[in-house]
Amino acid sequence: MLDLNTKKIKKNAYRVTKVRGETASRVRVPGGLLTAELLPLIQNIAETYGNGRIHLTTRQGFEIPGIKYTDMDAVNALLQPIIEKLNINQEIPGKGYTSAGTRNVSACIGSNTCPFATYNTTNFAKKMEQEIFPNDLHFKVAFTGCANDCIKTRMHDFGIIGMTEPQYEKERCMGCQACVKACKKKSVDALSVENYRIVRNTEKCVGCGECVINCPTRAWTRSPETYYRLVIMGRTGKRNPRLAEDFLVWATEDAIIKIVKNTYGFVNNYIDREAPGGKEHIGYIIDRTGFAEYKKWAMEGVELDPRTIVKGPVYWSGIHYD
Amino acid sequence: MGYQTTAEKMNAIFSDLSKDYLIYAPKRFVGDGTFTDIDTIRYGEITDLSEIEFAEKSDYSFKEVLLPISETLFYFTENEMKEADAPKKGAIVFLRSCDLHGLKRMDTIYLENGAVDTYYKRLRDNTKFILMGCENSFENCFCVSMGTQKSDDYDAYLKVDGDTVLVDSHWDYLDTALTGATQTQVIADSVTANDTVVTIPETVPQSLFDAPFWEEYGNRCIACGRCNFVCPTCTCFTMQDIFYTDNGKAGERRRVWASCHVDGYTDMAGGHAFRNDKGQRMRFKVMHKVNDYKRRFGTHMCIGCGRCDDVCPEYISFANCINKLNALVNDSAKEEN
Ligand code: HEM
Ligand code: HEM
Ligand code: SF4
Ligand code: SF4
Ligand code: SF4
Ligand code: SF4
Ligand code: SF4
Repeated sequence: MLDLNTKKIKKNAYRVTKVRGETASRVRVPGGLLTAELLPLIQNIAETYGNGRIHLTTRQGFEIPGIKYTDMDAVNALLQPIIEKLNINQEIPGKGYTSAGTRNVSACIGSNTCPFATYNTTNFAKKMEQEIFPNDLHFKVAFTGCANDCIKTRMHDFGIIGMTEPQYEKERCMGCQACVKACKKKSVDALSVENYRIVRNTEKCVGCGECVINCPTRAWTRSPETYYRLVIMGRTGKRNPRLAEDFLVWATEDAIIKIVKNTYGFVNNYIDREAPGGKEHIGYIIDRTGFAEYKKWAMEGVELDPRTIVKGPVYWSGIHYD
Repeated sequence: MGYQTTAEKMNAIFSDLSKDYLIYAPKRFVGDGTFTDIDTIRYGEITDLSEIEFAEKSDYSFKEVLLPISETLFYFTENEMKEADAPKKGAIVFLRSCDLHGLKRMDTIYLENGAVDTYYKRLRDNTKFILMGCENSFENCFCVSMGTQKSDDYDAYLKVDGDTVLVDSHWDYLDTALTGATQTQVIADSVTANDTVVTIPETVPQSLFDAPFWEEYGNRCIACGRCNFVCPTCTCFTMQDIFYTDNGKAGERRRVWASCHVDGYTDMAGGHAFRNDKGQRMRFKVMHKVNDYKRRFGTHMCIGCGRCDDVCPEYISFANCINKLNALVNDSAKEEN
């Protein structure tokens, strides 16, 4: 006879599944990068306590289905080395994940591998995970290396898109226009030619770095600092799926971490405690309070780089079914 | 004369020299590469020997010291023109043996091929060359195949080994400055073999100019010109006449690097271009490097530094192309027999 507290189970990153008596364990992998040595450990859990199958989640974790509720303690013990290796904050050692609300922080492959990336997405994702996990509030954060947005940050509460500020050394430019063509065909057509030299429209430029990648003489190089576009409150779902909109452009790492952390305070203050399961999604909370109120909370104590552009008011569109 | 001295002493000598010379050497430019967190090694000014990147091959050659990527030649107004001033200081350039041979190719083109190029000459005459040895061959080097692995045509050879500096001087200024240093025989480090070996065909029959062999390159090459820009022996340039925007009657003429792979190279007045096909551009470059130049000047143009192979984003290997061409020439010779 099973007598379970489903709320506790869910907080422990187990799912209440459609199959009576069976749960599924979610393994989070911040930044989506792990060393191959962890795979046999996950395999072992699936084969010993699951049904031998593993689902790759959309948030770059593993979901191990077919686990008996009665085996959760045993599975938690097997999860421990994985949790430690991936450096996940844990409140009670040996007890698995102690929260599930704040989802795995995901990232595109970034500058470890991808030629387009403007920064190491994995490292920033891991840093963010350290700052915000564990927490019961439902936050989705994703990092993408460049404006191509392969991880689809615009469908997240917080999307962080890398930007570089191209530096032009005119004495190294012979006017081949490779940068101009690349920007026009692959990006936003922000470059033009004046007297055989290149002029960058700073208002149009999205900092993708195509000019830097295509310049054959290093006339274009990357800025030493990496900048980010912070897009907020994108979502999928039943009522009003929508893409995230720009909040900060040319923002710094510190500002972004601070804003995300501030948002937890905002949600704690305004969340509808009467909502089903006590869960209300940030985007809908902002819809209720208005953007101006959110911005006040979010920007509290945030130090901005002089380059940073803060948008506001921000309007979202998307599809309304409600 | 060979000397053994200290890095401190040598830096002091260069510090004195810097009153009259800009000192250029391959340097690491952190994060300046094509991709994030990738460095570039290219020429820049140095003030201390420790800034020199001895351990790796430079991505770009020294040629930009004598042939700036963009160089203003003269300024003009309605009725007059004035040549741009030459740099006030001379230059000292650190470079490897293959590049010293590359210098000869540049001299041939700019000093011995018809009219003397005064803009090149005025830089060249005030430049001293310091050889950097090669203890090991780098990836893609084929200097031995090109016979450029050694050179004693330098003003000095310099090797840094911790705090010790070995110098072989052909320059009386250094001999004077090093008076009192331990005299010793100094022989420049050089390699005797490379992993990459190329065999250049003696002659390439005209019939191979349109061979299907080149077509594959037409599909692969993206006409970026990197192979030409990194090459120490690519000496092509084009002109840019600029009219200042505030006063459309005054301006300047610049010369800038050009590349036979890049669009526009064969454009004529009226817009016609002669070599649109990138396979034919590859053919033109390869033939210039290892055939045409030699027919005219007696040595191959290519000095085997392998930078073109290092840099090509499409992984087109110039060295492998020569070897494939050589096989093709041998095959066609057999067919004729
Ligand atoms: C089928 C006929 C012709 C062809 C295919 C041809 C081709 C060429 C080519 C390939 C160049 C070199 C362009 C460069 O290096 O930038 C050139 C330059 C030139 N051609 Fe022709 N050409 C033709 C007829 C003529 C005729 C009839 C004249 C004169 C009456 C002429 C006068 C010149 C001159 C003055 C140059 C410029 C040289 C320079 O840029 O220093 N060409 N032509
Ligand atoms: C005193 C008489 C002339 C002088 C001083 C002169 C000078 C020049 C110069 C300096 C160039 C440019 C070279 C370059 O950009 O590299 C040129 C190109 C050219 N000239 Fe002349 N030229 C003269 C007469 C002519 C005549 C009479 C013709 C034709 C009948 C002609 C046809 C051309 C052509 C076809 C080009 C090549 C254009 C190109 O490369 O796009 N020129 N000439
Ligand atoms: S978003 Fe950019 S950096 Fe990330 S994988 Fe896609 S192209 Fe590469
Ligand atoms: S790609 Fe580089 S060299 Fe070519 S026009 Fe642009 S900045 Fe100049
Ligand atoms: S570097 Fe490669 S792709 Fe670029 S022009 Fe040369 S051969 Fe073509
Ligand atoms: S290979 Fe092309 S760019 Fe280089 S020197 Fe020859 S013609 Fe000029
Ligand atoms: S053709 Fe290639 S190997 Fe030869 S000198 Fe030029 S860059 Fe070096």
